[in-house]
Amino acid sequence: MLSELEVGESGVLLALDLPPGVENHLMYMGFVPDARVKVLHKAPAGDPTVYSVDGIEIALRRETAKAIRVQLVQLPAQPATIVEEKLSVERAEELTEATR
Amino acid sequence: MSDCCTPVAFEPPPELAGPRSSGELRTIALIGPPNSGKSTLFNRFTGLRQKVANYPGVTVEQRMGRMAGIGRDDLVLIDLPGLYSLDPYSEDARVSINVLGGHMPGTPKPDAVLLVLDSLHLTRQLMLAAPVLALGLPTMVLLNMSDLMETRGGVVDPLLLAQELQAPVALISATKGSGLDAVQLFLNRHGNKAEQPKLMLPVLGNAMSTHRWAAQVSSRTGYRAPLSAKATQRVDSVLLHPVWGPLLFLVVVFSVFEVVFSIGQPLSDGLGNVLGRLGNFATGFLPYGWLRSLVLDGAWKGVTSVLVFLPQILLLFLFIGVLEDTGYLARAALIADRVMRSIGLNGKAFIPLLSAYACAVPAIMATRTIENKRDRLATILVTPFMTCSARLPVYMLLIAAFVPNIGFAGGLIGLKTIVMLSLYLIGFLAALGTARLLKSSILKSSETPFILELPQYRMPTLRSLGLRLMDRARVFLNQAGTVILCVTLALWVLAHLPVHGGTAPQLAESVIGRLGHFIEPVIAPLGFNWKIGIGLLSSVLAREVMVGTMGTLYGADPATQSLSLQTALHHDMSLGGAIALMVFFAFAMQCTSTIAVVRRETNSWKWPALQFAYMLALAYGAAFVTNWAVTAIWG
Repeated sequence: MLSELEVGESGVLLALDLPPGVENHLMYMGFVPDARVKVLHKAPAGDPTVYSVDGIEIALRRETAKAIRVQLVQLPAQPATIVEEKLSVERAEELTEATR
Repeated sequence: MSDCCTPVAFEPPPELAGPRSSGELRTIALIGPPNSGKSTLFNRFTGLRQKVANYPGVTVEQRMGRMAGIGRDDLVLIDLPGLYSLDPYSEDARVSINVLGGHMPGTPKPDAVLLVLDSLHLTRQLMLAAPVLALGLPTMVLLNMSDLMETRGGVVDPLLLAQELQAPVALISATKGSGLDAVQLFLNRHGNKAEQPKLMLPVLGNAMSTHRWAAQVSSRTGYRAPLSAKATQRVDSVLLHPVWGPLLFLVVVFSVFEVVFSIGQPLSDGLGNVLGRLGNFATGFLPYGWLRSLVLDGAWKGVTSVLVFLPQILLLFLFIGVLEDTGYLARAALIADRVMRSIGLNGKAFIPLLSAYACAVPAIMATRTIENKRDRLATILVTPFMTCSARLPVYMLLIAAFVPNIGFAGGLIGLKTIVMLSLYLIGFLAALGTARLLKSSILKSSETPFILELPQYRMPTLRSLGLRLMDRARVFLNQAGTVILCVTLALWVLAHLPVHGGTAPQLAESVIGRLGHFIEPVIAPLGFNWKIGIGLLSSVLAREVMVGTMGTLYGADPATQSLSLQTALHHDMSLGGAIALMVFFAFAMQCTSTIAVVRRETNSWKWPALQFAYMLALAYGAAFVTNWAVTAIWG
């Protein structure tokens, strides 16, 4: 569950279990399967939480994050962003290959 | 905030009846995702010549302007709402699809489309390109913030992208205004060009396949996303800190009001001085008698007593503008989500409430970002409780007249600031309490998920802040030159009628005096005299009219004519009445512009009527209690 990640941790998105309208909206914002989601901050009151996905920051409440399944990724702390970008380029290349 | 109260001057599009050569451009649509810099670009293209209205029958904002910014006065630019997709799920998207297809009554079908995408997040933003390009209209793709992308190490090949999308692509920067010559070329070239060749886009079904397509396009065109700026995250680790976050928020709010007092007040006093002398000098050319009295005591004193508050109002708008343009408002919404949830709303409702500190009219329009209809209605109904800038003149006048200049904490915090903040606080608490009441009774609904994009922090541009302030100053001066001038002239005339044997009556015996005395029994329990009563009646038009009315009435009374308005009030009102008057203004809904916008946004008279009655009852009750309590304690 995305809601179970701690600040600083990342996860790879597996699936969303939300009403279709909300789900679509989130997907257009970048919450697609295989996307990498990182927990950036929690609001001062502990909820909502700010996530980084596809280079933008999106705040979600706990009950929404509970419906997003992710797999925790262990990453070296230092070059996180560079690796992320590289990954996304590779990923896109893979996809291109696949469709060809 | 450019859309408060009065529409900006704008000529309608040219007649479409004339002979129209094939392919000639008339109307251009501007579309892009939220936070892509679309509004900045729209302002760049149109300058001040824009018009804001609603599309008929829906609550989606229609923003149009002539493209004077790039010397194309003949073209009308339509700004479509910020969208992530053309999925007909939201009302915004449905309206956009209709406008682009030419099915929106009253809006001509666009001849070309400018699609703005944020080049910092191109892959995701391309998800909007697919459905827009599939429409088959001549389209130019503008990759905005290209300067930022390049400095942060991002790469994109616009020529490859143009090939891939079968549409011209330009790298631009809306904030710097670079790359716009390419847009001009595109518009000129299409002036006499026939149909655009149809594109071969993949059949796009759902979000998943659109995302796959976008990822392929961006990788084929050699797009490398820039490193994400760490600045925003670093700033946020302070501004969203459990302790520093809320604390800094309070400091920001507090310093806004301290500045409005410590800088705004001297500016305002100076302006008042200049205007007073100017009036005396100019009317020196008029003969003594009724005409001079009408111009000086009626019109000039009434209008200038409101005009002097321009510096404070502009300062307030400047602060709200900075908070909005930097991206801090979204963080405020995040911090406030917990509080808002406890009253049954979510953090998004906090943004309109905050911007209502400037003016309730644009704030009520900003409630459109709230997806849940009942949440939105509740927010609209409580927004006028937030202390808008029109209350400021009334508060400033009464505080200056009645609150002594005492400093606390070594002179850092003045008693005047504390009184002012308390007034802001009771307005805010009334908004929260009423929202709670509505959400647990007539507007009960299930919770909708809270999804909020936090934009990167940006340096506000002087240009955008300048546009806001100019716009606000114009609205304010316009109001002073029309409504307030008319009211003060009418009041002066009524204060000098009926004429007996060539001499005007005593003020108390005049038409206005009799009317005032007639309503006095109703307001006497609040500690208000009949002049305040007339002021309250006139302030139903707009709150700041109150000050103009006081200026005219005390100016017309020989007993107080020579005194400043502050001194005159100080002699004429009790402390209890003065504080009760401020409390009354904190709660009452005296603003025809707000009533009109609520009626438009809720599409019924029921809600504004209920709102007006509720707020009036609350204002009366609270003022009554205040007057009674203050008189009992300080007698």
